[in-house]
Amino acid sequence: MRNNEESPIVIDDLHKSFGEQNVLNGIDLVVHGGETLAVLGRSGTGKSVLLKLIVGLQKPDTGSIRVLGQDIARLDGDRLNEIRKKIGFLFQSAALYDSPTIEENVAFPLARHTRMSEGERKSRARELLSAVGMESGLEKLPSEISGGMQKRVGLARALALDPEILLFDEPTAGLDPITASEIGKLILVEQKKRNITSVVVTHEIHSAKIFADRFVLMNEGKILADGALDDLRESRNEFVAEFLREAA
Amino acid sequence: MAALVVSFFEWFGELGMFCRRLAHALFVPPYEGRELVRQLDSIGSMSLPLVAMAGAATGVVLSLQTRDSLARFGAKSMLPAVIIFSIIKESGPIITALVVSGRVGAGIGAELGSMKVTEQIDAMEVSAVDPYKFLAATRVIACIAMLPLLTVAANFCGVVMGWLSTTLAQPVSFRYFLESGLKGVTFDDYLPPLLKTTVFGLIIGVVASFQGMRTQGGTEGVGRSATSSVVLCSLFVILADVLLVRLILVFFP
Repeated sequence: MRNNEESPIVIDDLHKSFGEQNVLNGIDLVVHGGETLAVLGRSGTGKSVLLKLIVGLQKPDTGSIRVLGQDIARLDGDRLNEIRKKIGFLFQSAALYDSPTIEENVAFPLARHTRMSEGERKSRARELLSAVGMESGLEKLPSEISGGMQKRVGLARALALDPEILLFDEPTAGLDPITASEIGKLILVEQKKRNITSVVVTHEIHSAKIFADRFVLMNEGKILADGALDDLRESRNEFVAEFLREAA
Repeated sequence: MAALVVSFFEWFGELGMFCRRLAHALFVPPYEGRELVRQLDSIGSMSLPLVAMAGAATGVVLSLQTRDSLARFGAKSMLPAVIIFSIIKESGPIITALVVSGRVGAGIGAELGSMKVTEQIDAMEVSAVDPYKFLAATRVIACIAMLPLLTVAANFCGVVMGWLSTTLAQPVSFRYFLESGLKGVTFDDYLPPLLKTTVFGLIIGVVASFQGMRTQGGTEGVGRSATSSVVLCSLFVILADVLLVRLILVFFP
């Protein structure tokens, strides 16, 4: 039995609503060190909101989120930024900055938070981009590359500060099956190489099977099932059974 | 109607919260020097041709319009003074501010709006970089710093083109035109209107950044932000001008 207090992410009775819409309705979740957790569920069930709450982009209505031992909702300013430096985030749209080149996008966090020289930053950015399979065209703008490549660059940027936690928002959404599988394998390789704790929000179970150690299935702001994929398959919950059947 | 009143007060409430975070970003180090230089260039030098043309056109129009009016009262010799006074006291600053409201206000509203809807601002925030410091504060400072300089350029072009237009109708040397026009001008006439453009710059930077960073709803939202930035910047500049002119008249009678 692992000690929850030492786990990088501990969520307790989390509620979040927007106006009259209850998005998260009492989430309890522990993500253990070094594991990759896939959060499954239909679109609009609050999966992305959960990630934004973990990184402090939004504040919970009630409940607590402890990230690396700190209650993230109570932090602000520099203390929040200190935690954020230890978290990498890959957005659904990759969210690369429009005007800098691919290489400058990856070097951006290094320029802000390290004392590296410009040459060292360039070298480190190239190393990270090479690790995600991007070795040429680094002077291109994000708008000049494909969606799959943007995801790779986004992953390289998320890894730039050697994070302890990685959060992925639909990393394979909108990609063809081959590219989605490549991105899935890339997440697995990087996660194992660096032993990073990861939370991956997705509705694509095929990709999630590649990299996830554990799965939770959300619906209407609640976690309906938690465990290995086989555990989920044995669930008697009607929604869980239907989701897995439709996703298969 | 009630919803309109609520959204009106909501807008000002959100603007207040935005200004609080912006003030923190403006006054608490570290500062974003490199990004500031980029914005000074983007807002200043890129607006220069447009502002110069607007200033020049104002000079020509003032010369054409006032020439006949002054001739009717037998005061044609006052033409250089009227042109120069009009330009440095009001036309130059307000025309510059309105042109910058259009070009820069729309640019900032659309750029930050696009960054908001594509989650680039969120990405910046999770990278532990304060978007208020990096995006908003740099643009606000650049607007404040560049408005007076652009106004000087607009004033210069207005005076030169005012002279050119005058001399085409009735030849007069540039030296005589300047000496005659600047005879009664003191620093009290020149500096306050120039300094009020820093307030215009503050308004344009704050309103456009605020409208951009609160964008919602995809590309349609970006379009709305760009349009509302221009409309609100122009409106607040004109309203501020009324107040500032009154204040200038009180302190520099």
